[in-house]
Amino acid sequence: MRIALSVLSLSLVASCLVHAEDAARPPPSTLTRPKGDSQPVDSRGFIHRWFVLEPVPVAGRLTEPAVKEALTLAALPEGAPPSEGSKVTINSAEHAWHALDTLNYNLNLYHFAWSLSKPTSNVVFWIETTVDSPREMQNVRLAIGSNAASRWWLNNEAVIALNDDRQSVIDDGVSHRVTLRKGRNVIRAAIINGGGATDFCARFLDENDRPLVGLQTRL
Amino acid sequence: MLRKIFVWLAASFALPALALDGEVIVHDPSTVIFHEGRFYTYGTGAGIPILTSEDGWTWKRAGALMSAVPGGKAGPDVLAKGGNNTWAPDVIRIGNKFFVYYSAPGTQPKSAIGLLVCPTLSPEAANYKCEDRGPVVWSDGIEDSNAIDPGVLLDPEGRLWLVYGSYFGYIRLVELDPKTGLRRYPDRKATNVAINSEASILIHRDGWYYLLVTHGSCCQGASSTYNIRMGRSRKVTGPYLDNMGVDMVEGGGKLFAASRGRHIGPGHFGLLDLGEGVQKFSLHYEADLDRGGVSVLDIRPLLWRDGWPVAGDNLVAGTYVIESARTGTVLELGVQGFPVGGYRQRRGGPPGSGIVGSGPPTAGPAQGAPPPQGPPPPPQIGPPIADQDPAQVAANWPANTGVRLAPAMLQAQQKWVIAAVDGAGGYPGAPYFRITVAGTERSLTATKDGELNATAFTSAAEQLWRIDQLVDGTYRISPKSVPGSTATWALSAVGSSTPTLSKFDPASDRQRWLLGAP
Repeated sequence: MRIALSVLSLSLVASCLVHAEDAARPPPSTLTRPKGDSQPVDSRGFIHRWFVLEPVPVAGRLTEPAVKEALTLAALPEGAPPSEGSKVTINSAEHAWHALDTLNYNLNLYHFAWSLSKPTSNVVFWIETTVDSPREMQNVRLAIGSNAASRWWLNNEAVIALNDDRQSVIDDGVSHRVTLRKGRNVIRAAIINGGGATDFCARFLDENDRPLVGLQTRL
Repeated sequence: MLRKIFVWLAASFALPALALDGEVIVHDPSTVIFHEGRFYTYGTGAGIPILTSEDGWTWKRAGALMSAVPGGKAGPDVLAKGGNNTWAPDVIRIGNKFFVYYSAPGTQPKSAIGLLVCPTLSPEAANYKCEDRGPVVWSDGIEDSNAIDPGVLLDPEGRLWLVYGSYFGYIRLVELDPKTGLRRYPDRKATNVAINSEASILIHRDGWYYLLVTHGSCCQGASSTYNIRMGRSRKVTGPYLDNMGVDMVEGGGKLFAASRGRHIGPGHFGLLDLGEGVQKFSLHYEADLDRGGVSVLDIRPLLWRDGWPVAGDNLVAGTYVIESARTGTVLELGVQGFPVGGYRQRRGGPPGSGIVGSGPPTAGPAQGAPPPQGPPPPPQIGPPIADQDPAQVAANWPANTGVRLAPAMLQAQQKWVIAAVDGAGGYPGAPYFRITVAGTERSLTATKDGELNATAFTSAAEQLWRIDQLVDGTYRISPKSVPGSTATWALSAVGSSTPTLSKFDPASDRQRWLLGAP
């Protein structure tokens, strides 16, 4: 199936290159531009508002050493935090940040990249958001699903590492118990895709492993 | 999933079963009861011998219950209705009192069942003194019943019931008064609920009453044919029908437990409900061949399937894959795996098999080379691939790493040796185990923040694991302790790829695990 999806995606890319290389593709049906300063997590705790960097080509292999190598070669430069339209240079190529709200529990990176006529296979997507917590919360967990491999940081601390080709499954990778600060908490992640669909979802779980609601996200 | 459980259970039968530890010789044990930090059971013998245990695994003899009775023996009414033997008691807690029913046979089938009422079961307690309330039921030696082997049940409506009897006719049921422990309606005729069996006892679940009895013969060592049978009824008074619809009054009885391996003649079922979906049962074997053929106590998991209780088996030492019932992923050391049999092209056959894979493109025939002649070679089955030896792959494993969950691939980091730890104590029915990656010393360890690691085994409490089989056949895996915590924790699949420790929730699959042969 994954091979078929890879072929399909390559076909789509090739088809688009042939028919409308420079033509604007329709915007992604599941993504919108953010409105308002903040966005609450949904009733199941999922975070809908994210900065997403345009995909950075990598080898697309997904073993643990390969993911480490990819993230070294396609590292996100330290510097100014993302803002809508700001660009970073990775491997001599510029990549722009996009502020997005997803209409679903997950954010479809394939939709995102395809709408921009960017590659969807053998790429890394850097993503970031800020979660506002009304108070300090101890013993919570960041819980994510990603297609495919991913690395996640909360307030600059590495908290989740998933390797290998995988579907995005709710609460697939879950961090150890962490503390959410009162106020601003930054989630950053890298999603590495080999081929086919690519997406992610994220939420926090409370100390009883139930979805944590009542948080706000802002960019 | 159930089929998988059956297969795994069947696989475990090949391994030697564990048994309780310590002074476990007993015959006709009562229901095991927990009181003031100890488990107690009482058996057949002079003065009603006591076995007690602090953890349910290591047992010791603790004198005889009649020492707490004025005169040290059954009262005159019991002796008159029955005889001066003391056999096969049963015990139940009603409020702040314990009712101990015991058989007092004379020349069978003349016998009586007496009642002792005790404020405590603890021999060290200042108020350890039991009152003899006299005979509850009796048989005159002529009627078709033998008043021995009492079994008591307090049903969900608060009504107290006594079943009793033996091979001289019927197993009978009477209602008791929970206030006194004596018959509620002494003038009513007892109800016949089974025939020609022993060690009867009732349990209740989901609107069904289950009558468990012991068929076969006792007291002949390894020649004993004791086996536990059962029937069920919507009404406590029966009829109790087996799985084929045969009334137990006419000899019916679905098999619950029979001889297996080196444990001959199981009998005298007793329910031990530990709560939170963990039920066990006590019994004795007429002969434990590993202990010279004596009769011993055991405690085993109680499972439920299709509305019937099923006798589970305590976990046996061995190498297992530990699979989450929630996610289907398996516990592994957090290291990069290596494919069993080595890397190969996707969908390709084993090296040398001739099966062409569809992996990365390879160099084709040289330009201008003639096309291949004839049809492609047929695919061939390759030789068996050997199991992965940790020594082949562990060299690159980091010294310190955690654990995680991953799809089962029979890789070395996914195989765990579960082995009893001598001298570390245990819990009802089983000892504490260590859980170690096969071929290594990396043992599953609870960390102080309630997470998991794999470290060298030191016998520390956070490396000792309690493994209870739940009523659905899955397992709960709990550390003996978590550093700095007094809470009860259990291994939990909080994510498909992430294990942790958290409070046990019997309503969730997070903390249910399947243990199977790799």
